[in-house]
Amino acid sequence: MYVAVKGGERAIENAHRLLAHERRGDRDVPELSLPQISEQLSLGVDRVMTEGSLYDRELAALAIKQARGDLIEAIFLVRAFRATLPRFGATEPVDTGAMQVRRRISSTFKDIPGGQILGPTFDYTHRLLDPQLAGGFSPETPAVGEASATATPRVTDILGRDGLIEPSPAADADAPVGDLTREPLNFPADRDLRLQNLARADEGFLLALGYSSQRGYGRNHPFAGEIRFGEVEVEFMAEDAGFAVPLGSIALTECQMVNQFKGSATEAPCFTRGYGLAFGQSERKTMSMALVDRSLRARELGEEVIAPGQDEEFVMSHSDNVQATGFVEHLKLPHYVDFQSELGLLRKLRQEFAEANEAPQMQEAAE
Amino acid sequence: MTSVAELPAGFADKVLSAQSTFRSVMDAMARPGSIQRIGSVAGTPDTMMRGTAAIALTLFDHDTPVWLDTRMSAKTDVARWLKFHTSAPIVADSSIAGFALVADPQNLPPLDRFAFGSNEYPDRSTTLILQVESLANGPTIELRGPGIDGSVTLRASIRPQDLFERLAVNAGLFPRGIDVVLVDDDAIVAIPRTTRLVRGG
Amino acid sequence: MNAPAYNFAYLDEQTKRMIRRAILKAIAIPGYQVPFASREMPMPYGWGTGGVQVTAAILGPDDVLKVIDQGSDDTTNAISIRKFFGKTAGVATTTATADATVIQTRHRIPEAPLHAGQVLVYQVPIPEPLRFLEPRETETRRMHALGEYGLMHVKLYEDIARFGHIATSYAYPVKVNARYVMDPSPTPKFDNPKMDDCPALQLFGAGREKRIYAIPPHTDVVSLDFEDHPFTRYRFDAPCALCGAGDSYLDEIVTDDKGGRMFVCSDTDYCESRQSAGHRGSESAAPHKERAHG
Repeated sequence: MYVAVKGGERAIENAHRLLAHERRGDRDVPELSLPQISEQLSLGVDRVMTEGSLYDRELAALAIKQARGDLIEAIFLVRAFRATLPRFGATEPVDTGAMQVRRRISSTFKDIPGGQILGPTFDYTHRLLDPQLAGGFSPETPAVGEASATATPRVTDILGRDGLIEPSPAADADAPVGDLTREPLNFPADRDLRLQNLARADEGFLLALGYSSQRGYGRNHPFAGEIRFGEVEVEFMAEDAGFAVPLGSIALTECQMVNQFKGSATEAPCFTRGYGLAFGQSERKTMSMALVDRSLRARELGEEVIAPGQDEEFVMSHSDNVQATGFVEHLKLPHYVDFQSELGLLRKLRQEFAEANEAPQMQEAAE
Repeated sequence: MTSVAELPAGFADKVLSAQSTFRSVMDAMARPGSIQRIGSVAGTPDTMMRGTAAIALTLFDHDTPVWLDTRMSAKTDVARWLKFHTSAPIVADSSIAGFALVADPQNLPPLDRFAFGSNEYPDRSTTLILQVESLANGPTIELRGPGIDGSVTLRASIRPQDLFERLAVNAGLFPRGIDVVLVDDDAIVAIPRTTRLVRGG
Repeated sequence: MNAPAYNFAYLDEQTKRMIRRAILKAIAIPGYQVPFASREMPMPYGWGTGGVQVTAAILGPDDVLKVIDQGSDDTTNAISIRKFFGKTAGVATTTATADATVIQTRHRIPEAPLHAGQVLVYQVPIPEPLRFLEPRETETRRMHALGEYGLMHVKLYEDIARFGHIATSYAYPVKVNARYVMDPSPTPKFDNPKMDDCPALQLFGAGREKRIYAIPPHTDVVSLDFEDHPFTRYRFDAPCALCGAGDSYLDEIVTDDKGGRMFVCSDTDYCESRQSAGHRGSESAAPHKERAHG
């Protein structure tokens, strides 16, 4: 006698209880607090905010805790929450030129106004596991300098004064702000939507594509004009008041890549730009983003589209890790019905194959 | 001029009224020629029928440019009411309208003044909302097409009298075309671009 | 912390309006895939977010909802989605096909005939029937615009040349209202004929791919084929081991590792209704005994 499988509802409830138990881990070990995550796993929080498209350290920390440290799962949690939030409008464009800089480096000039500021970086650490960190280590107080009163103009602005680099497109306050989370995406997509897509894109995916462009798959000769990380003010235009109201400040990383030339018989040659921007300190992300942004400008700059990183439909359709993980993992769901249909077809084809191959032999035997 | 406070009210229960109105419109669109009722109550500006107002409150927002015919725009009531309750932009150019509200169908502009969509994006077309004299009495109109089991008969008094002849353009244009919702008080009938006139009209 | 507060049926009203407008266009242009700004739902892409958004946009307090996956009301994903709407919309749910006003499905069309007034909402992973022949959206959009479907016929014909049959057994392409070639979602081709001239409204939601499409009631839906290779349905040639049905699509159950297997209805409601009506198959328990196992 056969009884069909039942009890899925209880299975789900039990699975959730078990998940919660596993998430907590050994109860003799103190539970993680959100400030611990936010303060001590801050780059993970930055990534979740960036790819989750929501600047909220506390929620990102909660998501990381809930996701047991799985950052893509945490990004998913933040995105799903973000989708339910009401929209009040778009802020004024942030001015990264006025950033309170904590780190700023340029690989194109030895010295620049505002100076090179190494800041908090893994760059020159020797990657030797540090046993001191295993517990109870209290680091030295960092050296504190004076905040510079002089401005730190963007390297691209310095190049731009001499016309050596293409100008940044002028801001148009009346132009609608594209938002691919609110409108369906159509191809070809404009750069605003491409940049939004890249900002939300999986860091690993952009890293691989940016890397492929460096290795010759749609090479675009980049220099890291500048990478800066620090705080910028966010302002919102209050229609009633008639002026922009400051909402607070957020930490951003910006990368401007300087790439090889465009120009024509009528236009003097100049460098071209690739742009990357992310919440918090996200250098790998912004550098990869800037490489891919520049690659995706192939069509606009009259370059031949030959590599995956230049193909906007390919890049934009596959960059989102929440979409990608959902579809890859949906293969876990039952597919018995389709599989049964395939089995039926395959059995029939095999039977026909067997009959076809048997027939001549039988004929031979008869002869 | 009326103040915002004096404007006729919107739905009392926005969420559920919009849902039930949508289902009436969806059923109308899925069963062309069938009469569907709009049960939700909302205040309406003078020139607007109950059904029209409910449809507007259900489907319009700042993403849907709306065109008003001369009668709808004769007084500023309708535009102000729409703006206040739906935030829909009112446009003078009918060819970019997502919806067109027509209170005086006798003077309906030629259909090619509205958007038919493109072959790539046939959904980018204008939906006409036409207030008619009656969806209960009048000449017999027989229709066929997707959504209709064989054919369906509608008795209605519709202007312009040649509406269905004009809509015949949909056959040649498909997948481009114009979808129409006829409104008589709280009754609605949809004529999507796939519906064809068998006889009458 | 910003504690979340959710609307009736989860989606905010602006999102519902956007989806509702897309649904109306989809019905007006049968088989055409309307782009819509799919939202990020609290369940993974590929797990029914498109169907869930369509259901959320149409569902009202008077609706009775049925959710099936692989034909069954009791698979985990079906339970999960049913619970989601129970929680966010408080609607009545049922497993009885005939009692439901809205049926959300993944991979099957119920065996019991649908009736007028019902809405069948399909979860769709890849809405573009031409996608596996041409990965570019810009290209497939052009093909649909021109009604240029030669590529699909070539593919089907190549199957015949290679295997002697059209080697598509599910997500078998159809032509809707003699115009658009459409993906019926990954239903087995056994279900294709149920889409034709169906009294219920059929809506299709693809969340990740951001498309909604529809088949209005009583619309011509034809499975693509060739005169010398007509479309055929497939079901394993056996009666259901539980209810004895000879007309239903069957799941294959592997019973041991020695080649033992049995076949039972994939549509659990259909199977249970038949069993309660007294129909029996080879593996049926006696009715009282079965009850004891509850």
